[in-house]
Amino acid sequence: MKQRLVVIGNGMAGARFVEDLLARGGGERWQIIMFGDEPYGNYNRILLSGVLAQSHEPSDIFINPLAWYEENDIKLHAGVRAARIDRGARVVHGMEGVTEPYDKLVLTTGSRALVPPMEGMKGKDGAPKEGLFVFRTLEDCNGIAAYASRCKKAVVIGGGLLGLEAARGLLGHGLEVNVVHLMGHLMEMQLDARGGALLQTRLEQMGLRVHLRKNTKEILGEERASGVRFEDGAKLGCDLVVVSAGIRPNVELAREAGLLVERGIVVGDDLATTDPHVHALGECAQHRGRTYGLVGPCWEQAQVLAERLSGRKPRATYAGSRISTKLKVMGVDLTVMGAREAVTDEDQEIEYVDKKRGVYKKLVVREGKLAGAILLGEAESATRFLHAFDRGARLPDDPAQFLFPAAEAAGPQGVLEMPDEAQVCNCNGVSKGAILASARGGKRSLKALCEATRAGTGCGSCKKDVKALLESCVGDAPAEDPSVHWYVPGVPLPKPELIREIRLRGLRSVSSVFAVLANGREDAPSKIGLASLLKTIWGKDYDDERDARFINDRVHANIQKDGTFSVVPRIYGGVTTPAELKRIAEVAERHGAKMVKITGGQRIDLLGFSKEKLPEVWRDLGMPSGHAYTKAFRTCKTCVGTDFCRYGVGDSTALGIAIEKRFQGVESPHKMKLAAAGCPRNCSEATTKDLGAVAIEGGKWEVYIGGAAGSRVRKGDVLCVVDSHDDVLKYMGRFMQYYREHAKYLERTYDFAERLGIEKLRSVLIADSEGIAPRLDADIQAAVDAYVDPWSREAAEPVHPAQFAGELKGEEPRLVPLRLVPGVRR
Amino acid sequence: MTCKLGPVDRVPLGEGKAFDISGRRVAVFRGRSGELFATQAECPHKGGPLADGIVGGGTVICPLHAYKYDLKSGRPLGNDCPVLKTWRVELDAYGEMSLLMEPA
Repeated sequence: MKQRLVVIGNGMAGARFVEDLLARGGGERWQIIMFGDEPYGNYNRILLSGVLAQSHEPSDIFINPLAWYEENDIKLHAGVRAARIDRGARVVHGMEGVTEPYDKLVLTTGSRALVPPMEGMKGKDGAPKEGLFVFRTLEDCNGIAAYASRCKKAVVIGGGLLGLEAARGLLGHGLEVNVVHLMGHLMEMQLDARGGALLQTRLEQMGLRVHLRKNTKEILGEERASGVRFEDGAKLGCDLVVVSAGIRPNVELAREAGLLVERGIVVGDDLATTDPHVHALGECAQHRGRTYGLVGPCWEQAQVLAERLSGRKPRATYAGSRISTKLKVMGVDLTVMGAREAVTDEDQEIEYVDKKRGVYKKLVVREGKLAGAILLGEAESATRFLHAFDRGARLPDDPAQFLFPAAEAAGPQGVLEMPDEAQVCNCNGVSKGAILASARGGKRSLKALCEATRAGTGCGSCKKDVKALLESCVGDAPAEDPSVHWYVPGVPLPKPELIREIRLRGLRSVSSVFAVLANGREDAPSKIGLASLLKTIWGKDYDDERDARFINDRVHANIQKDGTFSVVPRIYGGVTTPAELKRIAEVAERHGAKMVKITGGQRIDLLGFSKEKLPEVWRDLGMPSGHAYTKAFRTCKTCVGTDFCRYGVGDSTALGIAIEKRFQGVESPHKMKLAAAGCPRNCSEATTKDLGAVAIEGGKWEVYIGGAAGSRVRKGDVLCVVDSHDDVLKYMGRFMQYYREHAKYLERTYDFAERLGIEKLRSVLIADSEGIAPRLDADIQAAVDAYVDPWSREAAEPVHPAQFAGELKGEEPRLVPLRLVPGVRR
Repeated sequence: MTCKLGPVDRVPLGEGKAFDISGRRVAVFRGRSGELFATQAECPHKGGPLADGIVGGGTVICPLHAYKYDLKSGRPLGNDCPVLKTWRVELDAYGEMSLLMEPA
């Protein structure tokens, strides 16, 4: 039976927590009940200013409509306030007589507007004065918008983030907007004085009026607000006042229930309150003495609690958040992180100011690392800054190189600046507008968004742009789909754990993996990836179920758009003979190849054969398979090398042939294209291959890994410099085996090399820091030894009579129905 | 109307095969747990040969562009192609398959 989980609060934190819980399979364990004050599903509060500014419709900002709750079997009390918690009986009493028992209770009550004490807030009748608003909910927003249409001049009390957002919204209604702020500069929580002043200048250029160091004491007017009076006696007339002076955690419910409350509801690293059955997270929670008012920390907390309560990681803990935030203040980009100013004498501040353009960049450097930064009026470097900050990366000795990297200035237009109709995914023709619409429509993880739009599902090179668009819609922490860490979508384990389980339980076939590790649920999209992994793990002891292979690997040829297949025989190192060429030509003619094509990998492609023809074509060619169809070692391109070339310094053709003879057919997470070049002129383009060898003067070879010249272009990294063909083969093989074991399925070497970093690879593969090099060498040798040419094997003896069959014949349809034997219908 | 398709092992376990039935092309699938399905042979997206697709969990993935369909209902999964035509396949006591030509 399911346990009952009650969540009080249906704002961004509460709904996010429930989403995270469901994504981790928590729906199997918990019956979820939610209380929400507001009578709708939940919405993105960050975009409220957009609604006020009329750049967003209220419907644009909804994250989960009411139907979402129904679909996920969540009982939502929308518009019902939770009135009391009876911790003894473990029951929540709501208004209107609702009662909900709980096994676990999660408080995500959020916060409300903090209204400083002022005179004249109420009219003579004791009701709040007309024209006086706070800015916190969709209802506030609607109220302000309706009232603003009758107004000319507004005062916003509070020059923090929320106040400026409100001001932006009001400017959009054509009002004169005055921001009144108690402190010496705007947004003092995020900005230093110089940044605040620059921001103020930018905002004033947009028409905003800013009044600093003003303490508002009174709201003027009889029944409706007509101005404000400051402590210094000065007055400012207006017909609309919005108070946005900060937030205060909603803690009353918790306090009355006897939980420990200070500024917020006190929680430990397990996000439990003083009652272990009650958790709290989000703006209402206080952790290690801090409360947070930004979404980033809320989302980190939601994820930790979801890990715990789903049972996936029952001991997950939250250790506090490093505050960094990326926002737009009235359209001005602002990214801040860590320290605003130098704290000690050793801290170094580096600033760049461009008053005219309103750009301000500041670094706070401590012990060579980024301790904090402000980036105002410029968004392009934000990701780089955040990256360096989050990872504690060491900055260059000259910090100017970090502030102004040369490449960035010349970079192409970012996806965020493109118009909506611009095509982002060039494989599937998906526009920026379509991606944004889907993200706003509720696809909040990268995986869900890519699946829904098909963007990024072709070559994958636009995924970073899709991610940037997603972040621009949902703030900078999109929902994380836990399955992105799994090796395949149908088995909930990351690659190292999956390998461990497979070895431990001796699972040698794809169907046994589904049976044991996926509750017996067979998942078609996972089959090919599992087959590749099992073959790497077990080698010749792999139980090869042919249905787990992609069609190309079932028939050892490459399927084409018309359902025919292409045949690419292996031509070692791209070196052939007149006799071989003649034979290929004869076969092409005899069997009616529809096209004969020289490939980029220095071999010959014969196109347009039906499946039935394949064994005959192979037999007549008498050449081994070139594996042009599989996720494996493909080919090794070479240049002419030392035999004829007047520049060659190393025998690249002999090396290329040796490489190809050794590694032919070795399967891997994705294809591997290789090249060997006889001199640094690099005619065979070895530096942009998955693996490459380049001869250099002195009888040496540079071994490159992780190069790319396809959907991405990347120069490979030099893994090592060696002085013999044998050593090239040794280190290439060692890298291949490590890649086979550690890369995700369909992760090319260039993404793998970037993910791990060349230093790490050199340390493991050259310095043998983990002591695994001899084992890697032995395992790649085993894979090499296990190679059998599939063409010669299966042309003679198909694995199934129907392996190369075209269409099978059915009998003529008959009118008399067959007599069916009961019990054998399937 | 029914049409005999021959012994069940004409279709390898866990795979599909295309059949020609009086000029009509039908893809017949045999799931690993033994269930049989039949759909139109061509993917509605770009005409890919569905019988050459990957089969599993009652779905097929087209080999050309990885469009996915539910085998029983023919419904597209994660794409908005038209629903596939489907037929029922039955197995008699001798392991002979037959296709029921009325749409399933």
